[in-house]
Amino acid sequence: MSQGDKDVLTEPGDERISAVPLPRPGRWVAAAVILVLLALFLYGAATNSAYQWTTYWQYLFDQRIAQAALVTIELTVIAMTIALVVGVASAVMRLSDNPVLSGVAWLYIWIFRGTPVYVQLVFWGLLTSIYQEVDLGIPFMVQFTSLSTESWLTPFAAAVIGLGLNQGAYTAEIIRAGVSSVDDGQREASVALGMSWSQTTGRIVFPQAMRVIIPPFGNEFIGMLKTTSLVIAVPFTGDLYTQSQQIAAVLYRPIPLLLVASTWYLAITTVLMVGQHYLEKRFSRGVAGGAARVKDSVTPTDAPAELPLRDGR
Amino acid sequence: MSSQHTVEQTRPDQVRQPMVRAQNVRKSFGSVEVLKGISLEVQPSEVMCLVGPSGSGKSTFLRCINHLEAVNGGRLYVDGTLVGYEERGGRLHELHPRHAAAQRRDIGMVFQRFNLFPHMTALGNIVEAPIRVRKESKRSAVANGRELLERVGLAAHELSYPAQLSGGQQQRVAIARALAMRPKLMLFDEPTSALDPELVGEVLDVMRSLAETGMTMIVVTHEMGFAREVGDHLVFIDDGVVVEAGDPRSVLADPQHERTKSFLSKVL
Ligand SMILES: Nc1ncnc2c1ncn2[C@@H]1O[C@H](COP(=O)(O)OP(=O)(O)OP(=O)(O)O)[C@@H](O)[C@H]1O
Ligand SMILES: [Mg+2]
Repeated sequence: MSQGDKDVLTEPGDERISAVPLPRPGRWVAAAVILVLLALFLYGAATNSAYQWTTYWQYLFDQRIAQAALVTIELTVIAMTIALVVGVASAVMRLSDNPVLSGVAWLYIWIFRGTPVYVQLVFWGLLTSIYQEVDLGIPFMVQFTSLSTESWLTPFAAAVIGLGLNQGAYTAEIIRAGVSSVDDGQREASVALGMSWSQTTGRIVFPQAMRVIIPPFGNEFIGMLKTTSLVIAVPFTGDLYTQSQQIAAVLYRPIPLLLVASTWYLAITTVLMVGQHYLEKRFSRGVAGGAARVKDSVTPTDAPAELPLRDGR
Repeated sequence: MSSQHTVEQTRPDQVRQPMVRAQNVRKSFGSVEVLKGISLEVQPSEVMCLVGPSGSGKSTFLRCINHLEAVNGGRLYVDGTLVGYEERGGRLHELHPRHAAAQRRDIGMVFQRFNLFPHMTALGNIVEAPIRVRKESKRSAVANGRELLERVGLAAHELSYPAQLSGGQQQRVAIARALAMRPKLMLFDEPTSALDPELVGEVLDVMRSLAETGMTMIVVTHEMGFAREVGDHLVFIDDGVVVEAGDPRSVLADPQHERTKSFLSKVL
């Protein structure tokens, strides 16, 4: 309520309305039931010997587990980097006027989105037996060198390539959606100022597309963290899940080690969520409620509420 | 622009070179012809107002002038240079994007919906192109940008983001942004049509003072008061052709053509 509204309010009295809140018994009952159920579950879990909490605490900070968590983070980061590079490239190709480029990008997305990632990982693992050597040179003419596939396509490499290329197909679509979400007027204003294609893309379109790209990309990043638990398909065994299962197999105690792995996944996810939050803030600069003042402009739909409004509140 | 020599040497009227010269300009989208042979001239320091009904091709014509759209027929010259093409060996060749961009940077454009960059502050919007395109030093671009903000009455708002500004303020920043490239020609496409009525005046004031500095301007507008007061020339376009042109005061007071009359009776 601004000062100007005061005149209107003086008539029925100046004070703030303090109405009696509507009773909502249903909410209280529902909350109570859920809290009781939750307490029962926690009590049950703490006392149920099947969870084997002593084993849980014993292995939570086990060196092999911590090492495997690190490997999982490596897998995630490298795979997402590949996905980003491949995704940007195929999004640009998809958006290009050249039918060959956009067709190839479409084909890539079609195949890698349309088959299960598990199957793709198995395939990458088998690649060393399909192609035993890679020749470098000019096709049918000179051969500079010949590499045995096994020497470079280690299980780790096969895992990150497999995960990265699969993810790249999704990332391409996220980026394409982000770029398409930027108002054409932005590109036009930039071009009218004499900016080149790369300046327009890099300085004007991409920073605005980021606002749309980051939330789903962040989700995909967190998704990738968990998808790494499939790399046993390659087979690669260094990741958090596989390592915890290998320990469990020796101990014959699968449940506490599942809990150990879950705790680590949750912890890493939490860190990623914090990072995502700050990135989102960084790229929503200039997008506040005030955008609604532009008549019939594309109003940003997901402007974070915590941004300062234009009165500086 | 300096890279485009060519045709101009042979022109007969070298003494009086118009800033814009359109000769029988045609433009089609697919099978729909939107501009059906537009010819007009704008002299340096002149303000030309373009009026006409919705869909008559006014925006398209403006966009052709800075080659946001390629013309399909006729010739369009800005300051003696052919727009968008190069004439070599009796044939027109499409211009390399780099040269097209070089042509555009001397032509300022102001849009109906402002099109400010929402992720940059007011000052950031203004200095972007001078720094990236004109390769001005950051310091001189910022100094010049502040001067321009002051000129449009927004010195206090250099750190505001577009979303924090009113429509009228945004449009004034947009004008400053275009001026920062030191253009020799300014194109305005209905600069006040998206504004609340009480904000129209502040933008027209800026445009009026710009006209007083001798800037060459083409203004698509429905503000007949502005056309009468500031315009040196008024061109009425309907259905892709110039129906009537002349001194704004006489055209507005005494339109000769039926179509002009019926259009003006609706907007006046
Ligand atoms: N990119 C395009 N593709 C196809 N048709 C177009 C395109 N741009 C404009 N047109 C068509 O060309 C015609 C003229 O459009 P233009 O925007 O130039 O009109 P205008 O005189 O500016 O109208 P308004 O007053 O509504 O802005 C319209 O019928 C429009 O639908
Ligand atoms: Mg228009």
